[in-house]
Amino acid sequence: MSVASATDMSAAAAGPASLRLMSAARWRWYEFLFWGIAVACGLSTLAPALGFTVPVIPTKLMLMSEILILGLLALSIDLTLGYAGLVTLGQGAFFGIGAYTAGLMAKYGAGVAPLSDPLLGLLGAGLAAGVVGFATSFLVLRGSDLTRLMVTLGVALIVEELVNKLKDITGGTDGLQGVMSSSVLGIWDFDLYGYTAFWYALGITFLCFWFCRRLVNSPFGYSLRAIKGNALRARAIGMPVNARLIQVYTLSAFIAGVAGGLLAQTTQFASPDMVAFHRSADSLLMVIFGGAGHLYGGLIGAAIFRVMQDFLSNITPQYWLFWVGIVLILLVLFVRNGVIGLMMAASQKYIAKVPPKSGALK
Amino acid sequence: MLTILFDGVAYGMLLFVLSVGLCVTLGLMNFINLAHGAFAMAGGYLTVVMMNWYGISFYWCLPAAFIVSAVLGVFLERTLYSRLYDKTHLDQVLFSIGLIFVATAAVDYVMGASQQIINLPAHLNGRFEFLGASIGVYRLFVIVICGLLTVALQFVIGRTRFGSRLRASVDDGRVARGLGIDVTFIFALTFAFGSGLAGLGGALGASILSMDPTFPLKYMIYFLIVIAVGGTTTITGPFFASILLGVADVAGKYFVPSIGGFIIYSIMVLVLIFKPEGLFARSTKR
Repeated sequence: MSVASATDMSAAAAGPASLRLMSAARWRWYEFLFWGIAVACGLSTLAPALGFTVPVIPTKLMLMSEILILGLLALSIDLTLGYAGLVTLGQGAFFGIGAYTAGLMAKYGAGVAPLSDPLLGLLGAGLAAGVVGFATSFLVLRGSDLTRLMVTLGVALIVEELVNKLKDITGGTDGLQGVMSSSVLGIWDFDLYGYTAFWYALGITFLCFWFCRRLVNSPFGYSLRAIKGNALRARAIGMPVNARLIQVYTLSAFIAGVAGGLLAQTTQFASPDMVAFHRSADSLLMVIFGGAGHLYGGLIGAAIFRVMQDFLSNITPQYWLFWVGIVLILLVLFVRNGVIGLMMAASQKYIAKVPPKSGALK
Repeated sequence: MLTILFDGVAYGMLLFVLSVGLCVTLGLMNFINLAHGAFAMAGGYLTVVMMNWYGISFYWCLPAAFIVSAVLGVFLERTLYSRLYDKTHLDQVLFSIGLIFVATAAVDYVMGASQQIINLPAHLNGRFEFLGASIGVYRLFVIVICGLLTVALQFVIGRTRFGSRLRASVDDGRVARGLGIDVTFIFALTFAFGSGLAGLGGALGASILSMDPTFPLKYMIYFLIVIAVGGTTTITGPFFASILLGVADVAGKYFVPSIGGFIIYSIMVLVLIFKPEGLFARSTKR
């Protein structure tokens, strides 16, 4: 009797909080809209075949796959930056390691069939990057933001140097050529127009995103946010702060590696450009463009960044960095939390203006 | 062997002049300004323009580079940097990366992407033998100038009233403010001076370091290493760190060119791990 009442009591006490957590994890309409748009972008390329043209959505499949891949890289940064509050300027290292691992597996695994399997290649890319991430995560635990920035930057530079110097393996500055993956799941070959590449990238990106979304809404994710809020207090209530940070950094490296592997497989090329400093900086910019700490920020930021790059490069090739710099300075000075921050501020204004119907909104 | 040592010292001296401003401003305002190299680039390109376009003597270019970079520095400090002091390190890094991008693209637009070459006055070229070492006249010139600057800096910071205010502000800005020291003014002045020194370094280094639009990015890592190894609380720390880095870099490139920058990056990471506050820093326990 008393036991039953006690469990009732605890269930009642746990009720609102767990409900709130559950509702926070629920998929919203705008999330469906977001992925719906992504699928529609892919489908729109089929439109010309059916006899009509879609004016708004660009029919550039390669560009769209690249956006997805960069979005995945930005997502991995968002995980460490937006949730755990770890500043990093060296994510390009893991991206590059993933790209070269997948590239090498596809290139030299061609004879040994299973090794050139794209999914296996991605797994290998992720694992290689994850191992390096795990090894370097201990460096990131120490020191302040500034030390972290410099250590991650240093690691990225070392990797870049290695890629440039190990000519026999990586092809040096010429890049790794002849990366030919076998078909995805043994069914879809990589084609010239990038149909397979796009759907493959979309699938993998969504899979990783879904995983991250589950993760950040789990107790693990909430513990990360607690650490970001105040590491000292998080430790005081018994959270294994260092272990958590190592885990999330390793995981983020894994995802960045997968993104790198995806790029190598879909473009059939791996070059030192993929580990260069601007890769790390750009991906960080994407997260900041989009807004950190929402998972969607990186994806949105990648889309804006890449489309802007495509657009501006057409007008003034090579000077588009100038505009990126300007946008970045303005963002830091005037906008908090990027595009998502702007949208949230706008929607809050809207909600404040329109009085909610009874019970529809809290 | 001695030649390498000599070249390394010259290179290190140059690095010190380039990066000392960054060390002081970082220690003073805890502001991480990755775009410091952009001021050096401004000085370097000013020299290129003045010498190659207008035929002005190299010796006039040096003070001009200092003044122009300093003015540029104080202008940016007042208009942009001062808004970022209370923001996070990440914001500051992003902001200064943005500045680097703008500077790189702007220089690329005006001057082109190729490396700029200046013709030094004839009496600064050439080499002579001394104690078995082959010594470049220009490198000796650089060492003398940088050495004088270092002594002057040490004197200003260690002996003058401004220097003691500066040191007080670096040690504890809040208490310094409480004592009536105008930390904001001191910082603006220091920032201008640091930028000016960077500009001067850029002008001096225009013929040694390769001057092209990627300069701020390429040498950013060197500045960071100087800070990492030297610490930000003194100027002797960065000085020895610069010399060490210069000698190590020149010797590394000479003896084991195949591993290139690998050594210095590794050293930086190792120092950051084991002595995050710098190799030569006073251990300040607060």
